[in-house]
Amino acid sequence: MAVFAMVKYLVKHTKGFLDYKDLLVQLVSRDLKLKYRRSVLGYLWSVLSPLMIMAVQVVVFQYMFQRPIPNFAVYLLSGQILFNYMNQSTHMAIRSILESASLIKKVYLPKYIFTFSKITSGLIDLIFSMAAMAVVIIVTGVGFSWHFLLFPLVLVQLFVFCLGLGLFLAQANVFFRDVQYIYTVITTGWLYLTPIFYDIEFLPEKLQTLVKWCNPMYYYVSQFRCMVLYHTLPEWEMVLAGCAAALLVLAVGAWSFVRRQHDFILYI
Amino acid sequence: MSRKSKKQALAPLPSDVAIRVSDVTIRFNLASEKVDNLKEYIIKLLKRQLLFQEFLAVKDVSFEIKKGEAWALVGENGSGKSTLLKAISGILHPYKGSVQIQGSVAPLIELGAGFDANLTARENIYLNGTVLGHSKKFMDEHFDEIVDFAELEDFLDSPIKNFSSGMKARLGFSIATMVRPEILIVDEILAVGDYKFRQKCEQRMTEMLSGGTTLLYVSHDIHTVRKLCTHAVWLEKGNAKMVGDVKTVCDAYMGGR
Repeated sequence: MAVFAMVKYLVKHTKGFLDYKDLLVQLVSRDLKLKYRRSVLGYLWSVLSPLMIMAVQVVVFQYMFQRPIPNFAVYLLSGQILFNYMNQSTHMAIRSILESASLIKKVYLPKYIFTFSKITSGLIDLIFSMAAMAVVIIVTGVGFSWHFLLFPLVLVQLFVFCLGLGLFLAQANVFFRDVQYIYTVITTGWLYLTPIFYDIEFLPEKLQTLVKWCNPMYYYVSQFRCMVLYHTLPEWEMVLAGCAAALLVLAVGAWSFVRRQHDFILYI
Repeated sequence: MSRKSKKQALAPLPSDVAIRVSDVTIRFNLASEKVDNLKEYIIKLLKRQLLFQEFLAVKDVSFEIKKGEAWALVGENGSGKSTLLKAISGILHPYKGSVQIQGSVAPLIELGAGFDANLTARENIYLNGTVLGHSKKFMDEHFDEIVDFAELEDFLDSPIKNFSSGMKARLGFSIATMVRPEILIVDEILAVGDYKFRQKCEQRMTEMLSGGTTLLYVSHDIHTVRKLCTHAVWLEKGNAKMVGDVKTVCDAYMGGR
């Protein structure tokens, strides 16, 4: 019976979601349009900006480490664009409900649509950054193999993960505005605990275990690097852990959001 | 517009009823921003009043609106009119009681609520239309009609932040009334338009009414209320002081002040 009720609930909400798919498209295109409006290079910045940041970091970090990582530019950029997506999209999502207060107060809308649209527009930005990735792969001579084509598999996991996290943060931030400030601190720590510009082997034993067990970004970055840098299939443990983390976070995020969404209007 | 209701076993509405409001009480958050010292902060935190302080904006209001009727909500500022409209539109959930709706609702709580100031009028028409639940295709078909009614052909590609409030109201009204909804909910929104446009709006509302639309109208302009509406509810401090036909209620309201 419980399964039946759950399926019914999902069907009902999927239908509701489809009714608003055009709104989702409008919200996402608004974000993208406004991001680069009145800049000369426009969308080109989505490619240029990760490239330039990477160039700076490659120069800095190559002097810092004794043991050089082979193909450091690709290694760094692959971690960088995934982490940036997570970081930027969840930071946008955290304010998504408060930002849309004027709308939520005046029209009946499914509220998750605002959070969903932020995570989605971030994803589109990430796909632009894949062009930067391709440029670096060609320039450094790493080259492509068919494994590269598997990258959407990582993006799906990461998207689900970010959506769950975004929903959780957005609802929490409605009730406690402190969340957005704490979260900035957390993501800073998170950045350093994700093997983006160093190899996980560089970390002390204890920290390695912590990262391997508690940092989903590690799962996504490792899978991604297998595909674009090492030209191998990702390890199945990583795929499994990545999917499990994504679904778990989505379940918690969606549950907390649905539970409190009718109270949002009293606090925004 | 479907909404989950706390009480599952509500009697279905008879086919001639558009809106039934039964014993609706709406709770509001009146949490004060003013906390002077740590002691007060802790006391409020313990009494759970820091982020939430209860205020009942509407208390036990009931009425039933038949299809095709035009109802007005009258009352002083802060008497709960807009709050009640929001509950009927599904934006707010009643704390107690229930609101039942039969038919499609077009809420005009505030015109252009979904406008993004940095987008152009053209982009905003699509954004606002989809906010109201229309598809992109539907908006393509009705785009010209909207622009014609709003009379804003020359400003389609300028950002809406450069528009006057009257221009924004015009655009909002044209988008919202483009479809013929079964129930039209209008909060005091036409106050900013110029004389000509207000007449145009009133004309469109009268047209809709004769086409069988149910109207729920909030205004301080008793003259328009008497002209448009057949029934009225007088709210005072959240209580329904009087429910009845428009003449009796308006006379009592005007006399009682």
